[in-house]
Amino acid sequence: MSFSTPPTTNQFTERLTLHYDPALKRNRFNQVANAIAAFFAAMAVVPLFLVLIYVLVQGGRLLSLRLLTELPPAPGLEGGGIGNAILGTIVVTLIASLIAIPVGVGGGVYLSEYAQDGWFSKFVRFGNDVLAGVPSIICGVFIYSLIVATRIFFDQSFSAMAGGIALSVLMLPTVIKTTYEGLLLVPQEMRMGAYGVGASRFVTITQITLPAAFTPIATGVVLGIARAAGETAPLIFTALFSPFWPEGLFNPIATMSVLIFNFAIMPYEAQNELAWAASFVLVIMILGANLLARWISSASRS
Amino acid sequence: MRSAPPVDAFTLRRRPPQEKLVDIGFRQLTLVLAASVGIVLLAIFVTVFSGAREAMATFGLKFLTTSAWDPVNEDYGALIAIYGTLVTSFLSLAIAIPIGLGTAIFITEDLLPRRLRDLIGLLVELLAAIPSVVLGLWAIFVMEPAIRPFLSLLHTTLGWTPFFATAPQGPGTAPAILILVVMVLPIITAISRDALNQVPIELRQGAYGVGTTRWGAIFNVILPAAVSSIMGGVMLSLGRAMGETMAVTMIIGNSLNFNVSLLAPGNTIASMLANQFGEADGIQVSALMYAAVVLMILTFVVNVLAQWIVRRLSLRY
Repeated sequence: MSFSTPPTTNQFTERLTLHYDPALKRNRFNQVANAIAAFFAAMAVVPLFLVLIYVLVQGGRLLSLRLLTELPPAPGLEGGGIGNAILGTIVVTLIASLIAIPVGVGGGVYLSEYAQDGWFSKFVRFGNDVLAGVPSIICGVFIYSLIVATRIFFDQSFSAMAGGIALSVLMLPTVIKTTYEGLLLVPQEMRMGAYGVGASRFVTITQITLPAAFTPIATGVVLGIARAAGETAPLIFTALFSPFWPEGLFNPIATMSVLIFNFAIMPYEAQNELAWAASFVLVIMILGANLLARWISSASRS
Repeated sequence: MRSAPPVDAFTLRRRPPQEKLVDIGFRQLTLVLAASVGIVLLAIFVTVFSGAREAMATFGLKFLTTSAWDPVNEDYGALIAIYGTLVTSFLSLAIAIPIGLGTAIFITEDLLPRRLRDLIGLLVELLAAIPSVVLGLWAIFVMEPAIRPFLSLLHTTLGWTPFFATAPQGPGTAPAILILVVMVLPIITAISRDALNQVPIELRQGAYGVGTTRWGAIFNVILPAAVSSIMGGVMLSLGRAMGETMAVTMIIGNSLNFNVSLLAPGNTIASMLANQFGEADGIQVSALMYAAVVLMILTFVVNVLAQWIVRRLSLRY
């Protein structure tokens, strides 16, 4: 009995070659699929360029010192600036950060350092994911009913404070999640080492664990602030708008995002141009914050 | 007999009471802060539900199936807004899923040098950072005039179907869908990219080892292995698309008349809230709150489903 078989030369084996044959059906399919994927990737990048070009050209054209320091004109009039809106965005975002960062970092610390894997921590993490998915306009409705309609602050209805609180509700899930996930990455040995030299739990967390997780937390917080600064929906009926300079925390306040919304749908050329200018300032600030966050996380890695 | 080790201050250091107090206090503080998430979430549900109670009692479930929105006669139904919310979010996902997934595959495969791929990934993520109100502004003044010829072409060729039966004239559902595509695309791309990157390289090597091609491996091995995370990401972006407010409000036209056509002005729950909530009073506030409840339930179900899919569908490899 012999195992040697005469070489068959049917059509099937002739094509069994190790050389790449671009004409094969499978290879043609591959090339087509490559091209489609490349086309989709190009399509995904195009909107960014189109938006950025228009915002930079339309908005950058108007950039001047006057734009950054003056009040917006009355409807129908020319000139003016968006100084109050820039200041207002900073104020409202600052209020939101001052609330959301301590609460979020504290909550994240509890989840990662103290919580047993029981129902409470499961519930908080689940609730955090649900809160992250709550539409931003609902946050606005919530704060409107809770603070604006009840006039809880010194009998004032719309206020910078209400807007800041609405934004803080939006920021909170991001801060908690990044703190929790950042702390989980800290090696257990560092905590053990700290306990070993006699540090208390409080000292370990504040002096060892939190500083070790600084980078991911800072990255997440910067991204959260950037997102809050661009939010409009929670502000339109909490902070409202004001054509004047900010008058304290318990009065309506102008913000760039609401200014863009209000001025974009006005039928006046001057207002539309100010909307583009505000978009320019806002986009530069937000993209700057995003690149900063990226830089924080890459600078510590190297 | 050996003497006992010297008793010094180090081994017998007792924790001073204030140190214990700080420890316990800090723990309780973080506990309260963590609980605040649940409290805020419950407060949102309670506030919106109690605001909607009056409208729920007055209109009942009829609210979901009628399309009257008549402040004069105080008759409200949210069908237009619910229909608009579902149509815009599902159609925008139908467009964004292939593009986002294709982009994610393209930047996780080694078709281009690594730096170029990372750059594409970065650009797509930066798109997610552009505020929605800026996208709305761009949609009004740039995108909508630019695509109107194409929409007109759709109307002239497919005008016999009810979905393209009206001539495009500025704001409408179709431009809103396109701007939503721009907004959810970065989410789908980023999540799919992470999911594809997490597929173990051995699976790909095994697929290549038994003689498949690149796309054979992608379709038969890599995508099935990553499908749970990708589906989770898709559901998350569905929730985002349903709740998206500003860009949609600015371009959808905020019509109060029901129209099946995608080229006609429409409305969504979120844009209805953005437009009317500030000026509403009486039972209109309650009706808007009722619509908000519907939106909240929709996004809640979608988000919970997203988490469930990620947990249940994940393949064990």
